Amino acid sequence: MTSVQTLPITSEYDIITARQAARELARQIGFNTVDQVRIATAVSELTRNVVLYAGSGKVDIEAVAEEERQGIVITVSDRGPGIADIELALRDGYSTSNGLGAGLSGAKRLMDTFDIESRAGRGTTIRIGKWKHWK
Amino acid sequence: MNNRVPILKVDNFWLVTIEETLHDQSVIEFKEDLLHNITRDAGAGLVIDISALEVVDSFVTRVLMEISRLAGLLGLPFVLTGINPAVAITLTEMGLDLQGMATALNLQKGLDMLKGRARGEPK
Repeated sequence: MTSVQTLPITSEYDIITARQAARELARQIGFNTVDQVRIATAVSELTRNVVLYAGSGKVDIEAVAEEERQGIVITVSDRGPGIADIELALRDGYSTSNGLGAGLSGAKRLMDTFDIESRAGRGTTIRIGKWKHWK
Repeated sequence: MNNRVPILKVDNFWLVTIEETLHDQSVIEFKEDLLHNITRDAGAGLVIDISALEVVDSFVTRVLMEISRLAGLLGLPFVLTGINPAVAITLTEMGLDLQGMATALNLQKGLDMLKGRARGEPK
């Protein structure tokens, strides 16, 4: 089960499309409702950052299966200005856009894995993942 | 796809039910429409029901906080209703608390709360 769904992010409408697609895939994988909402919310935060800071980018949504576990991996990437200080950007309450400063740190808390790669002037790629928990 | 959120006034109470997923611009238009209404004619209270929202992210939370703050400045009692359990869990985990906002299970309970307050009953 490896199919990647790639969606462009060019406007705020795409935030909704992306989070609904992620939620739908999470549902198909068998995540419970709370996890579906966690995943959709994390996607909402990360794709909004793309619209806000980079203008455009893309999101890849992928179901992953290992021997004994299933999960979802979502990669949000842009070629925007990059994040100058990742540690600072991940701090609660820190925002350069007059927001609540809960987007990045919140998305990180909602997921099991969170990897961020960013270079000034080159862009940002954030990969988040969640595993379906054992019943 | 420009959906305006209906803002109703019934028995001097402002009632808003957000029926569907809103994109950011619609959220901002809703906030402005609402603020325009309540600053012209405060009424006895405001209930916003969000039970139809499947996702409440930090952007929507911020707008709700702004509405709450302005209602507070106007002395307009405000109750937020219909936060579904998955949304509540998600907001808490993200570290977003709805800072002292009054909440109720559904629109009816929110309205009852405001009516009780308008009659001077304790909460």
